[in-house]
Amino acid sequence: MNKLKSRMEFRPLVSLIIILLVCGIFSGGSFFEISVVEGHLYGRLIDILRNGSRYMILAIGMSMVLATGGTDISVGSVMAISGALACSIVDQRILAMLHGNVFAAVGIALLAGALCGAWNGFLVAKLKVQPIVATMILMTAGRGIAQLIADGKIVTITSDSYYYISGGYVLGLPFPLFIAAFMLIFAVLITKKTAFGLAVESIGVNADSARLSGIKVERNLWMIYIFCGVCAAIAGLIESAGIKGADCNNCGLMIEMDGILAVAIGGTSLSGGRFSLIASIIGALVVQTITTMILAFGVAPEVIRVFKALIVIVICLAQSPAFVAKLKNAFGKKKVVA
Amino acid sequence: MEKKRVKINNVSLLIAVVLLVVMYIAGANIYERFGSVSTILNLFNDNAYLIVVSVGMTFVLLTGGIDISVASTLAFSGVFSAFLLEKGWSAGVVIPLVLLIGAFVGYMQGYVIHTFDIAPFLVTLAGQFLMRGMCAVISTVSIPINNGFYKAVALGKISFTLKSGGRPKLYYYVLVAVFVVLAAWYVLKYTRFGRAVYAVGSNEQSAQYMGLNVKLVKIGVYAINGFCAALGGVLFSFYTLAGYSLQNMGLELDAISSAVIGGTLLTGGVGTVIGSLVGVLIQGIIQTIVTYQNLNTWWTKVTFAGILCFFILVQKMAAVRAEKQKEA
Repeated sequence: MNKLKSRMEFRPLVSLIIILLVCGIFSGGSFFEISVVEGHLYGRLIDILRNGSRYMILAIGMSMVLATGGTDISVGSVMAISGALACSIVDQRILAMLHGNVFAAVGIALLAGALCGAWNGFLVAKLKVQPIVATMILMTAGRGIAQLIADGKIVTITSDSYYYISGGYVLGLPFPLFIAAFMLIFAVLITKKTAFGLAVESIGVNADSARLSGIKVERNLWMIYIFCGVCAAIAGLIESAGIKGADCNNCGLMIEMDGILAVAIGGTSLSGGRFSLIASIIGALVVQTITTMILAFGVAPEVIRVFKALIVIVICLAQSPAFVAKLKNAFGKKKVVA
Repeated sequence: MEKKRVKINNVSLLIAVVLLVVMYIAGANIYERFGSVSTILNLFNDNAYLIVVSVGMTFVLLTGGIDISVASTLAFSGVFSAFLLEKGWSAGVVIPLVLLIGAFVGYMQGYVIHTFDIAPFLVTLAGQFLMRGMCAVISTVSIPINNGFYKAVALGKISFTLKSGGRPKLYYYVLVAVFVVLAAWYVLKYTRFGRAVYAVGSNEQSAQYMGLNVKLVKIGVYAINGFCAALGGVLFSFYTLAGYSLQNMGLELDAISSAVIGGTLLTGGVGTVIGSLVGVLIQGIIQTIVTYQNLNTWWTKVTFAGILCFFILVQKMAAVRAEKQKEA
């Protein structure tokens, strides 16, 4: 039991289960109903998995960035760029020689995401600009670039193969879930089976000592930011396929905050160091479940932010040693720290 | 060391001022009506709220912190005042009330950041969500303001008549922004608190050892920033005569980048409010040029991000050079 408790995934998983139970009780069980229609699974839980896949993919990239002690607040803008690019290509507004080939569109959008990540990596790793400032540049400019790609319009598309990215089903489960699973497996293999994961953590704990112990900090940071950019691009594709078009003003607006929130719920320290991709995925599901729950109970979607604010506050306080110490003093109990 | 760091700031500010002048002259040469007094005054008319917010942000950045909740606080004070005015409250009660709320929200964030030693980015992220959510709790649709006082202030202006023709005008509420800049400049330069802000930003630990009240400074700057954000909200509601829960998304980044362009280092300890003012004006002038050129308004953001990037590089190079000089 203690071994289980000490795992990073434990606390987020418990909170996910609690939230799900609360939803289930308040909805009188209808929250858990899953029906099969035309061989596809339907239900709120499936919705959470489908809509949450964007957050999951973002959270994978974001956990690595946060584990190095950095931040990437440009992911929302990168999503807008990738969505605008892919939709414009599919609609043959740009690069007409591709004849709206969906695979080419997806490839180019992912490449653009990697480029955006490389730019962030260049600023952070090479020029040593603080990550939040460095990525702020792309956050401001990115949405503008997306607008320029889409020529300031909302690009609507008609392409069944593109819709599949968000609306498709494999084995009765939504397709985006498989993308998220693929990204997770890829990332877990890279971080657990190679030294890369260790490098990420050591950069986060102390970049200088990581460098002195022979880790190529610069190169690793580049790779992490590129990976985060690609993750954001994928999330952008899913979102644009979901709304069947690219809306550069709103695509991924403020989603960087949700991504960071998901990772924070997962228990990754936001000042860098230890991280767990699985825990971040659970964190993403918590964020999505709360969103779905509030929507299901008919509260205005804008009010969700109040709940998220409260969650951020609680997590921050729980992670703060100063607060925990104060709390213990206040209750006069002294727990033995294991 | 101290001398060299100040030098970095001066170089950056100098470039910013030169850039502002060059852009103005270039605009005046290209576009027929650009080179008038109106253009300059309109820069202030249109950006008064942003000037106030940037001034508050400068305080926080000077201590090495960051506050990304200002846009939400601004929106909240707009929505809340519109809501109260609609209920028939008088402007004389509403304005002090929202200013107080802004300062209190800032104070609370500063308190949590300092007492529990949590990253400012996270705490203010929570603040951002909270205030934006509270806006939505009050109203998700735009509330118009029909209050007599607000209308009078919104339309009250000083008009000049020039011999060369044209009637440039300056709205009264701009004077508030100018006053805030001057007051902040005075506080930072000549008061004990202001000097302590720089000291804490340069090195918190040594400031502590010097016997400065670090707690007061760190919490105080967030309270000032919250107050400025709320004041910005009041000015913005003069400007638009409405309160809308989604207004000014991303304004915090405009404020931060204005400060950076004006030579404020995000590591703290270096910067001036005059610099932030110049940063806001540069942003305004880009917007004016984009409008004159009849381009997609998103070019404003893209250009501004480019300029921001340029200034970060300038600061980086200056810092690297200072480092080398120190080693030599």
